[in-house]
Amino acid sequence: MLSPSPPSPSPEPGPPTSPKPGPTASSGPRPAPPRADPGVRAAPGSLPRTLSRRLLGGRPWRAALYLLTSVPLGVATLVALLLLAVVGSALTVLVIGVPLLLTLVLAGIPLAALERRRLRLIDPVPLLDPHREPPEPGLTSWLRTRLQERCTWRELAYSLLFAFVLWPLEALAVGSVLLVCGGLIGTPVMMAAGGDGEARVLKLWLADSWPEAFAVLLAGVVLLPLLTWPLGVVARGRAVLTRALLSPPDSALDSRIAELDRSRTRLVDAFEAERRRIERDLHDGAQQRLVALSMTLGLARLERPAEPLGGLLDRAHEEASVALVEIRELIHGIHPHILTDRGLEAAVEDLADRSPVPVEVLMAVPGRLPEAVETAVYFAVSEALTNVAKHSGASRVTVTGVTVRKWLTVEVEDDGRGGARLGGTADAEEDERGSGGGTGLQGVADRLSVLGGTLLLSSPPGGPTVFRLEVPCPPADSRT
Amino acid sequence: MLRVVLAEDSVLLREGLVGLLERFGHRVLASVGTADELTAAALEHRPDIVVTDVRMPPGFSDEGLRAAVGLREKLPGLPVLVLSQYVQRTYAEDLLDASDGTGVGYLLKERIGHVEEFADALRRVSEGATVVDPEVVRQLIRRRRDPLARLTAREVEVLALMAEGRSNASVAEALHVGEGTVSKHFGSILAKLDLDVSDATNRRVLAVLAFLRG
Repeated sequence: MLSPSPPSPSPEPGPPTSPKPGPTASSGPRPAPPRADPGVRAAPGSLPRTLSRRLLGGRPWRAALYLLTSVPLGVATLVALLLLAVVGSALTVLVIGVPLLLTLVLAGIPLAALERRRLRLIDPVPLLDPHREPPEPGLTSWLRTRLQERCTWRELAYSLLFAFVLWPLEALAVGSVLLVCGGLIGTPVMMAAGGDGEARVLKLWLADSWPEAFAVLLAGVVLLPLLTWPLGVVARGRAVLTRALLSPPDSALDSRIAELDRSRTRLVDAFEAERRRIERDLHDGAQQRLVALSMTLGLARLERPAEPLGGLLDRAHEEASVALVEIRELIHGIHPHILTDRGLEAAVEDLADRSPVPVEVLMAVPGRLPEAVETAVYFAVSEALTNVAKHSGASRVTVTGVTVRKWLTVEVEDDGRGGARLGGTADAEEDERGSGGGTGLQGVADRLSVLGGTLLLSSPPGGPTVFRLEVPCPPADSRT
Repeated sequence: MLRVVLAEDSVLLREGLVGLLERFGHRVLASVGTADELTAAALEHRPDIVVTDVRMPPGFSDEGLRAAVGLREKLPGLPVLVLSQYVQRTYAEDLLDASDGTGVGYLLKERIGHVEEFADALRRVSEGATVVDPEVVRQLIRRRRDPLARLTAREVEVLALMAEGRSNASVAEALHVGEGTVSKHFGSILAKLDLDVSDATNRRVLAVLAFLRG
């Protein structure tokens, strides 16, 4: 008689890269990870080993094992659910029933976890846990999170389906195969046990001689592998169903993506706030003190002190002046006041004023845009103009900007030699020196993508280079 | 001696400026830290000149500048010298557009360090001159590259110094040339740019600035 569970060496279908012993273990119902190199297969020539592996470790046996293990698990689930429901309902009058009913609702969670693991018997692609981490430690937080998750309720539905429908069907499938094969293979035993020289095969017909009985046994042995095939089909259907019910629904994935998105936005906002703080600190602190220092030195010079003090004062005054210019440029680079005070259009005009290459600005962006948009676009244009000045050899640049249907489009077009790239510049020498604009443009693209915007760069060799960014901008707010 | 109302939110600088102004013999009628106080003090004291910072409480944006522009409307001809920690062409333009552009100055705050030049600028603004920071002039000149391409490098230098509000003598001194040379350059500039301006310094400054602003 066939033992219900194949001997343990049935290889865990687990890690996708683990070498699979034979073709029966290869293709799965879902796009399976790359198959192992055929070179790692068992050495040829050991036919019995290959055969036994194919039989014992193969998919049909795992399918049978999967379906067989469903039965006790299903029974246990059924019993547990019924117990919880009955006892819980009965005790609802006492307070103790409520937690029991709550447990019933949550019973799907451990079962689903177990089922996800068990599914790997027949499906090599792991199922991810769809549950979220509770925001805080503690039972209350955990309960609230779980009860709000749709997958908790799907898992409960799965438990009910499993307890009342699935396992009996699986028992039927695997049971009938066992019964048929067992009945055929066991014919000689039954004949010997009966003692009257005949045995009823599957209660259908009578075998009344030993050769006949052994022929039936042989038929059973031949039939067994054939009948495992429908078992595989049933198991595969079951896997599809389990996957559909227990996989993280897209909405869960979506909400994770949304959360990632939000956290990225928070990071960028925090980064921006920090820049503003540094700018303010420099402006209110170091810069004011330097001005005061320069003024004091200037006043001291008025006294026309004798040498060498006079000369030293002159030098100190000169150095304070240089430091003032440097700190002014530094502050401007961190976050330009003009952007805060006068908005994007004025700030881009200011960039144009500072550019060594003549820039024509044609912007029609009325009102103020959200701060994040203004900042990102400003630094994008700044980076683009820097690149033009550094690499393009252009003699003219045009910056155009319009808002159409809540999208801001800004283009920076030059008449240079082209060949600019997002990930680097055509000027390899510059890149080697680490001053290439590429990383800067990548940073710009990242910043825009946080806002849901895009950056396009068209720069065929020979030019022209067009740098185009599009970013959604909610209706201009009332900032003035 | 000028009677000055001073607005600057940094106490350190405010005290320093008061000392500086007094060192040059001026009298500070009021020194305040906000734009509203500035307006009130100027209306109360009717000073000879107002000196104010651009960025002040409560918004730390351009309150000082707005107060100055507002004061020019309420007290026409009130000389105003605006100090800013960074140059902003549009700020200068706001000031120049406030009434007729005479008696206004817009300087980087760090110019205070050059105390004599600062005192000179203060005096000139109080006399109705227009004084613009060299940085602003540089920005303006950069924007007008096309028409200015006709000028020689030296002529652009002369033009820039004039746009700052300097007299012929001052330009000559800065360039280490004679006043006659400056006059000659200026004539050539006027011809090339097709400008018709008298030689009186302030009208000339305004005309040059108007040209540079396009």
